[in-house]
Order: sequence, then structure tokens, then C-alpha cells
Amino acid sequence: MEQDTKTIFSRPEALRDTVTHYCPGCTHGITHRIVAEVLDSLGVREKTLGVAPVGCSVFIYNYIDTDFLEAPHGRAPALATGFKRLRPDMVVFTYQGDGDLASIGMAEIIHAANRGEKITVIFINNAIYGMTGGQMAPTTISGQVTTTCPFGRDIAQTGYPIRMVELLSALGTPMYLERVTVNSPQQIIKTKRAIKKAFQYQLEGRCFSLVEVLSTCPTNWGLIPLEATKWLEDNMIPNYPLGCFKTPDDAESNHGTV
Amino acid sequence: MLFGAASTGKRVFTTSSSPGISLMQEAISYMAGAQLPVVIVNIMRGGPGLGGILPAQSDYFQSTKGGGHGDYRLLVLAPSSIQEAVDLMMLSFHLADKYRNPVMMIGDGMIGQMMEPVEFPDKYEEPELPPKTWAATGAKGRPAHIIKSLFLDPIALDKNSWILHEKYERMKKEEIRFELYNHSPKNEIMLIAYGTMARICQTAIDALKQEGISIGLFRPITLFPFPEKQIYKEATKENIRELLVVEMSTAQMFEDVERAVYGKKKVNFFGRTGGIVPPPEEVMEHVKMLLNKKSKDKKKA
Ligand SMILES: Cc1ncc(C[n+]2csc(CCOP(=O)(O)OP(=O)(O)O)c2C)c(N)n1
Ligand code: SF4
Repeated sequence: MEQDTKTIFSRPEALRDTVTHYCPGCTHGITHRIVAEVLDSLGVREKTLGVAPVGCSVFIYNYIDTDFLEAPHGRAPALATGFKRLRPDMVVFTYQGDGDLASIGMAEIIHAANRGEKITVIFINNAIYGMTGGQMAPTTISGQVTTTCPFGRDIAQTGYPIRMVELLSALGTPMYLERVTVNSPQQIIKTKRAIKKAFQYQLEGRCFSLVEVLSTCPTNWGLIPLEATKWLEDNMIPNYPLGCFKTPDDAESNHGTV
Repeated sequence: MLFGAASTGKRVFTTSSSPGISLMQEAISYMAGAQLPVVIVNIMRGGPGLGGILPAQSDYFQSTKGGGHGDYRLLVLAPSSIQEAVDLMMLSFHLADKYRNPVMMIGDGMIGQMMEPVEFPDKYEEPELPPKTWAATGAKGRPAHIIKSLFLDPIALDKNSWILHEKYERMKKEEIRFELYNHSPKNEIMLIAYGTMARICQTAIDALKQEGISIGLFRPITLFPFPEKQIYKEATKENIRELLVVEMSTAQMFEDVERAVYGKKKVNFFGRTGGIVPPPEEVMEHVKMLLNKKSKDKKKA
């Protein structure tokens, strides 16, 4: 009988065996697992450096078993740049929330992308500040209620939600930009493919890469996990279209005309 | 943002907690240089770096000794109750305008999150202030106002620095605030603490009294200007043998107290960090340790 038993699913080597601090239904965990699976499949765990953000996922270093730096709020791309420039042989990624990347860290991300740093950025867009109790983020969608916009986000006062991949795709520098989500098995598979591609571009020394993952924050959205997934489908995806926005191939072919 | 808002001549303020205040240091230096009246509240959390999110008093140096670059000081106020925070908040705006200087109020997670009944005065009678003739309101019928901190000419920068210095010296003369608690010629030990920690010390003092031990507390309310002379006066009284500074930091205000007493009395320190708020019992224990040590010394002598 024994030879009939075959392990078909297990914890990736790059993911530690530990308890999670994330809220029930939070999708940070899914994306952590995907990153770990990709690092394993590329065989790069031991030469990878992660840069943790400020936000719920500051504790990513408790889960993903690689070396890590803990950056000041929003500065992960700057730390990643410094590290990667001195250790181009290593694989460097940042993992950042939307409060971290699109608000306080806007300058760092734009310039790292524009310089074409050979780093991979996993960008978690859950339309809110999670860790600090649900304040409005630059990505909060119009009308969305948060603790700092209790009557819903008013775009006349606070502007439109920032679409990061569209914003970065306006830069001339060749890069890989894709927006994905993790609301269903099908989307999870697509996300894994995108994250793998993002790391491969880095390994080939080709370009900066950023994958935006539309995520849920059931706790601060005030929804149970299933409703949160539904809210993501009904509200976030229409505001944040999924798909690949830029690859180094189109940018290079456009190069002369930019 | 605060720089721009203050330049209109309206009263403005901002608040944050330690790492956010670190980020503001650049602008704070510019606002001090440009002599802008603003109020900033720092509800301190533990550091350095991300540290923790619980109450701390570890930004004493940052608030009182600069933080940003250049020759400047903030007027720093430290309330130890919500009522006092309310009262000092009104005063903060007044002092900011009076000196055309940033005023910083520092509290900690206890002060920041506690609920207490407070009374607002029915009417706030504010001493008159000079009109804000420096504000940027549009150069209609007057020369343009330029609110700035750049003085490329060394003579002009030197002059500006001494103008600022003169303000800080005036603050030292006119703005020192402190409170004495349970002062008596019987006391051998004087505690020195501010903010939440001072309040805990008061509870410790009351409890020690029940046990027949009398000690006093010196509570600075302004951390800059620091009540140096007043501490010296109290500390050098004959009955006082030693001081005990209690802080939620690793001995920051302690350095100013040592400087104030000029080696005339021994200054001891007790502190906790990381968000640990020492209960009155721990303060009492330290006081008793000092008293025991002294009675042993006495016997030996
Ligand atoms: C300079 C600075 N400002 C503010 C904070 C407080 N802070 C901690 S987490 C956080 C929000 C992070 O939100 P997001 O990036 O959306 O991540 P999430 O928690 O939603 O995963 C903030 C503002 C800080 N630590 N440092
Ligand atoms: S607060 Fe939101 S983002 Fe943070 S762990 Fe909970 S669900 Fe996830």
C-alpha cells in the first residue's frame, strides 16, 4: 500500500511552519504562500532578500524563510535598491501594502521603477490602512467608508483612487507591471504565474517588476470573509482592472518613440 | 502642509506619534527658522525605529534638543492629565503666537488614549498679542512678505540665529512651569518626573505616606525651557539627600537634572521602556531601596 501514498500537497520550503497573526479571511496569507512557492520553484530561497514594509505584513519575516530587512514606512524600494546594487547576484523583493507604497512611499517606488532597479515588488492593494485600524488610503475607492472618511471617500476633497500600475506604466523605462487578484482558485493560479514572471525578469537581469494584488481586509472593511471577497469583486475589480499593463518587450520595442 | 497653513496667519496644529514626528523634523527645522507659530502634538511610542506602539517617553531628547538640524529650540509642554492637556493646549497656541515659534506638546499612549472628565472654561480670556503683520495675505499695498529660512549672507544668518536665541532666552525667563507635590522639610528624597510618570509618582507618594514615609515630587511642565534653577533650589535644600528621576526611557531627562543640580546632590534613575508603564509599587520599591541604603550608610558613619 505504501507506494500508493504520494504527497501531492505540502508546505513550501520557503514558508515557515508557524501560526499566523493575520485576521481570518485576510488574503495576505495566500499571497505569502504564492511568493514562497515561487521562490521554491525557482530554487532561489537561499539567495533571496526580502524587504518588509510597515503595515500588517511587517511580520512577513515570521513566515517567509529568507533573509529580510525591515524598512521604515514606505522606504522598502530604497533599501532594496541599496542592497541589490551591492549584491546583484541576489534576488531582492519588497512586499508592501497600499498605505506603505502608494502614500508615504510614493517617491521611493516611482524612482526605483524609473531607475529600472532589478527588484521585484509585491504590492498589496486592500484599499485601506489595515494595521492602524482602517483609515483611508490613496487607493480607497470613491464612496468607500473608512474611519477617516465615515461618510465615504469624497473624491472632490481627496482625489481619485490612485491606480499604481497605470501610473507606473506611463514611465518610459522598460518594466513588468501586472494587476492580479486572489479571490478564486483561477485567479490564484494567474497570480502565481505573474509573481513567477516578476521574479524571472529579475533573475534574467532584465527589468524592474511589480505585481499589484487586489486583496481583502475583512476586519477593516467590516465584512465577513465571504462578503469581503464579494465586495472585492463588485467594487475593487471594476475600479482596478486586472491584467498585464507593461512588459519589457513592449517597452523595448517602443523605445525609439518614447 | 503645516508650514503653508501657518503662513496664512491662522492658528494651525498637527499631531502624530514618534516615527511620524521623526519625518516632520525637516519641516520643524524650517518652521523654527522661518519663525512660524504652530502647535505639534507627539503622543510618544517606544523606539528607536519601529520600536513598539505602547506608551513611552523616549522622545525627550528629540523634542527638547532639536531633532531637526540647526540652532533652534521648541517650546515643549508635558501634561500629566487630560484636563492639563486641555489647559495647556490653549496655552500652546498662545505661546506659539507670542514667540512665533513651534510649540510641541508631548504625551504618551496613556495620555493619548485615556478618558477623563474635563472642564472647558466658559470663556477663554487670552492676553492680547501683536497682530500678525508677517503673514502672507497677498502683497496688496504693501511690500511682499517672504516667509523663509534661507540667509546666504553669513551676517544675515548670524543675525537670525541670535534673534532666535534671544527668544529662547526670553522663554527661559517667562515661561518656566512646574509643580511641587508633597514638599516638606521632612523629605529626604525628591522624585523628578513628568507626564504620565509624574502622575504615577504622585500615587506612589500618597501610598508611601500611609506607611509613614514622606517624599516629594518635582514635576516639570515645560521641558524646554527646563526648570533648572528651580530644581537646583529644591534639590539643594538641606533636608534633601538624594534625587530619583523616574522616566519611561533610558535616562534622558536625567541628564538635564544632573546638569541642573551641578553635582551638589546624587541623582539616581529608575526607568522602564518598551511600553512598560511602571506601576506605583515599583516606584515605591526604588524609594525604599534608597532609604534603606541611606540608613545603612548612616549606621556605618
Ligand atoms: C512614519 C510612520 N508613519 C505612520 C506609521 C504608522 N503605521 C503603521 S502601519 C500603517 C499603515 C499601513 O497600511 P498598509 O500599507 O495599507 O498595509 P496593511 O496594514 O493594510 O497591510 C501606518 C500608517 C509608522 N509606523 N511610521
Ligand atoms: S487588518 Fe486587514 S490587512 Fe491586516 S491582517 Fe487583518 S484583514 Fe489583513
